[in-house]
Amino acid sequence: MTASGTFGYGEEFGSLVNLHRLGAIIAKGISLLPRKGNPPPRIAETACGMLNAIGLENVGLERFFTEKLAFLRGIDTPLIVNILGDTIEDYRQLAKRLNDEEKVAAVEVNISCPNVKQGGVAFGTDPDMAHAVTKAVCQHFSRPVIVKLSPNVTDITLVARAVEEAGADALSLINTVLGMAIDIESCRPKLANTFGGLSGPAIKPIALRMVWQVAGSVSIPIIGIGGITTPGDAIEFLLAGATAIQVGTANFINPQATEEIIQGIGMYLEKNGITSIEDLIGKARTS
Amino acid sequence: MQVYKELAEIIRREQVAEDIYRLTVKAPDMAAASKPGQFVMVRTGEGLDPLLRRPFSVHQVAEGGMVQILLKVIGKGTQALANMEVGRKLDVLGPIGRGFTIADDSQHFLVGGGIGIAPLFFLARHILKKSEPFSIRVLLGARTKDEIATLADDFKSMGLVVDTITEDGSLGRLGLVTDLMADLQQEKPVMIYGCGPYPMLRAVAKTCRENSWGCQVSLETMMACGLAACLGCAVLRADMKGYVHACKDGPVFDADDVAWL
Repeated sequence: MTASGTFGYGEEFGSLVNLHRLGAIIAKGISLLPRKGNPPPRIAETACGMLNAIGLENVGLERFFTEKLAFLRGIDTPLIVNILGDTIEDYRQLAKRLNDEEKVAAVEVNISCPNVKQGGVAFGTDPDMAHAVTKAVCQHFSRPVIVKLSPNVTDITLVARAVEEAGADALSLINTVLGMAIDIESCRPKLANTFGGLSGPAIKPIALRMVWQVAGSVSIPIIGIGGITTPGDAIEFLLAGATAIQVGTANFINPQATEEIIQGIGMYLEKNGITSIEDLIGKARTS
Repeated sequence: MQVYKELAEIIRREQVAEDIYRLTVKAPDMAAASKPGQFVMVRTGEGLDPLLRRPFSVHQVAEGGMVQILLKVIGKGTQALANMEVGRKLDVLGPIGRGFTIADDSQHFLVGGGIGIAPLFFLARHILKKSEPFSIRVLLGARTKDEIATLADDFKSMGLVVDTITEDGSLGRLGLVTDLMADLQQEKPVMIYGCGPYPMLRAVAKTCRENSWGCQVSLETMMACGLAACLGCAVLRADMKGYVHACKDGPVFDADDVAWL
């Protein structure tokens, strides 16, 4: 799958990627109303990674329906819509509206974006709040509900268990890791927002550790995310206990990364005489 | 918009100034599709550090499916590119973005600062397809002679009039490129095509506004993907109510459409 916020609404990659070959497209996070996002600079490169503070810029639910959905309907690939809000009521309304749209195979509830001042991150760091948001979405959305978890917590398994108990069908983790960079010439933070979310290969070991921990404490499926750039990276997440994976920042560097990773996993299975990918899931945890 | 991803062989590498290199790569699809002002995203190697592609405007396209970029060494990524040997293959995405719109029946002034000169060659070639050389004038500014001397000669070899100005007076007049705009003679509507550092473009845009001249500027921003997915390349709109994006709505903007902070 392509991670939310790294693949636009699919159309942007249409001339470079065979979209039909992807497991799913996760659309850029949408809110009830459009958001203009943070002032620039919004991006800074770091060693093997990047910081971003986009600020959830998006077209809003209405324009998603009128401008973005038609293209996605034309693609025979499951569409998962990432949703975000400031209040539980926002999430409830998003879930209701998206439930009526059959092309939306699942929603991914973003309770973990670190770049907005209200909502978002508060929901993701407090198990009770995470529980309440999940419950509200599950009540109004009849197909699978995935909840995307923040790594910016002391014990991710507490939030994971709260979300599972509230009725989530799956978890995706991790979102970006809160970080910053400073320009030593101007002596100012590189991002206008000061802090941003770190993504890319630099965060892979953290993500893998968290997937491992959560896989040991919940029984719903986990979608692994965090710096996956090669087929080998993806396989590590499967071995740690993830059932599926999302490719994020790698799409920026190589728009065809997700497609190539799918292909590479197939080659790995063939080379090792493994008949089903399910045999890999959690394999590193046993024996 | 059709974007191509090509593994482009480096055919030529020239050092045009102390820190400035010109790379010629073979990328036939991109060469055929590129328009002046558009850019390409180049991977600087196969490793993960530097991670992101680097944006470069298309400097020129040439026969045989060649695309040229002009790069100034400013960090690890551009250093790696400058060191690449002929025969190596570069992973290039493009052409990307909205380029310059050539104004009809106008006097064209190509205003470049430092490495910002890069896309103006390609633009000059296109203007020459429908206009006479005397309708174009090139105004180039830089800190010092080395940055622009070779490039100024390249413009002259196209039969164009080139005015230069440097901050240390080592080439042309002493001053800033906007000083050259102070005494522009005009008989027809004026269109300014600007590319260079932000403070220079802000000054160029101001001069244009004061004189009611048309003004298009090519803006540089931090950018991760070039595909309108990361939304990193935000530029504040003139109405200050939201952002446009350099990779999709630009990199060339009408100077009146963006806020000059």
